[in-house]
Amino acid sequence: MAPADLIDSGGKRAGGFGLLQSRLFWLVAVALIVMATVPSWASGYVLGVLTIAYYFGVFAMGWDLLFGYAGEVNFGPTFLIGVGAYAAGMLNSYAGLSVWPATFAGAAAAVIGGLMLALPALRLRGPYFGLITLVAVLLLQKLIVVFAAYTGGEIGMTVPSVLAIDPSVNYYYALVFMAVSGALLTAMARSPMGLILQAIGQDPIEAQALGFNVTKHKLVAFIVSAFFSGMAGALFVFYLGTVSVGAVVALGIDVQIIIAAVLGGRRTILGGALGAIFLIAASEYLRPIGELSNFVVAAVALAVLLFFPGGFLGWLLHPRAKS
Amino acid sequence: MLAMQILVDGFVVSALYGLGAIGFTIIFGVSGVLNLAHGGIMVTAAMIAWWAALSFGTYWGALAGVGAGVAAAYVTYYLVVRPIKFSPKIAEEEKEIFILTATLLWAIMIQEGIAYLFTSNPVTVRPLVPGVTAFLGVRTPTNELLIGVVCWLVIGLLYLFVNHTKLGKSVLAAAINPRGLALLGFDLPRIQAFVWGLYGLLAGIAGVLLATFIGASSNNVGDLTGSAFSIVVFGGLGSVPGSLIAAYIIGYFETATAYLVTPAIREMPALAILVLVLYLRPQGLLGRR
Repeated sequence: MAPADLIDSGGKRAGGFGLLQSRLFWLVAVALIVMATVPSWASGYVLGVLTIAYYFGVFAMGWDLLFGYAGEVNFGPTFLIGVGAYAAGMLNSYAGLSVWPATFAGAAAAVIGGLMLALPALRLRGPYFGLITLVAVLLLQKLIVVFAAYTGGEIGMTVPSVLAIDPSVNYYYALVFMAVSGALLTAMARSPMGLILQAIGQDPIEAQALGFNVTKHKLVAFIVSAFFSGMAGALFVFYLGTVSVGAVVALGIDVQIIIAAVLGGRRTILGGALGAIFLIAASEYLRPIGELSNFVVAAVALAVLLFFPGGFLGWLLHPRAKS
Repeated sequence: MLAMQILVDGFVVSALYGLGAIGFTIIFGVSGVLNLAHGGIMVTAAMIAWWAALSFGTYWGALAGVGAGVAAAYVTYYLVVRPIKFSPKIAEEEKEIFILTATLLWAIMIQEGIAYLFTSNPVTVRPLVPGVTAFLGVRTPTNELLIGVVCWLVIGLLYLFVNHTKLGKSVLAAAINPRGLALLGFDLPRIQAFVWGLYGLLAGIAGVLLATFIGASSNNVGDLTGSAFSIVVFGGLGSVPGSLIAAYIIGYFETATAYLVTPAIREMPALAILVLVLYLRPQGLLGRR
């Protein structure tokens, strides 16, 4: 009786997971089809807003891999994004690298920057790690201002190349980039590697006792997160045509990324994209009320956090879940 | 002369940093909360002080500002922190992360709310005492000296309170071992609520003094939280003496950099030292881990 119970409940759980997966799959498929048709009926303005939102989606998804899965409070996602963005922008301006090589070079630079930050910082836990990542952003910001002659300082600098002129083309670049990143990050999060990361995030000591190399796994998470963040930062620069502290490094951007990921649902990867689209669209929609728009967005996010801690996607996928 | 200037200015700046950070570290010690709305509470106090001073004079304004600091701390606790602490929907090990995110959002709401209701421009409260005093051969505004004195007076009173009154001792005990205190029959939630009030008082005083010294604006919310966070981690989370030492190290480094190099990179050496300390001694100067 007891073993049968076990098998039964185990089977149910596996079935539930399969259903959840397929429900998510269909939701995403429908959403992607709808998103692919946007350029045929929406104005250039809407396309522009969504393009920005998609890049933010990748920022938030990269952050979720580190925070949701590995449990590392990274307060400074814009360190990785900023390194990628500035590396790509400066290589494009000074070394004459064209858009795609510069983008990959930016991603590589973000990985190197991420390694330099992570190797020592991963010795730290919780708030200490959070502070180091925050300080990394502040130092990067200061460095950019100090070397204003090369970086354009606080005003930023224009890059010679852009991805495309046509808003629809730019939109599709962003959409494809977000979809591919989301698929790869989701695949990674659901792989054995992702499960180990999740275990490490929840109880590092027990994960270590089970024989998993905690530092190695966290480092891999950091590198993957850095790669996508850096690449998104680089592409964002080539979409905007400029690189500036206010667009890719400022702490306000960090806060937006964190809000987007938490709103969308932690430990879901795709939730980050959902949260980012909502956040950017809501800020645009609320622009007429001026200063209060940030207040309203923050209040909505706080309410979601308090009443639906699982975020949009958690609420959508398990509406009645208690945990 | 310049050395004396750095000595005096650095002393006052550091005392102010220290006062701002002590409340932050006590809250962490007693209830394990890193309040990222810290700067928001300081700026609320500063802004109310400025606003009330317009119609009631500087002293009543300062008093109102401190009161607003206490009120803001209580609102933060009851509206943001406590619901998460007691939420059945959030897993215990994730509460820390939720509180960090929620207080961050709350800080944005405070910042934008103040910018909307009052102004986003920096406001300066008139000095509590006018005039200039020559001190150690440096002509310093009397108000600046008063700020140093008030800060240390408050810190001294806090020391007496924590070590020589029953309530204060229970706060100290709650910071060392909350569970032990609960086992001894103390009402821990009541002590935690009280500590938030104490924290509001400290942050409020620091905010008002800051407004009389260099002014405050809603745009400072993040910076103020950041500097308190750095100081507290540097000194060791939960350690009041550690925070004070860290406040002096960071305060003097910033002042010296501003005078000797350029104010533009004021924070950089302090940040670099902070990174170094965290790598070499992750628990901070006097941290318990």
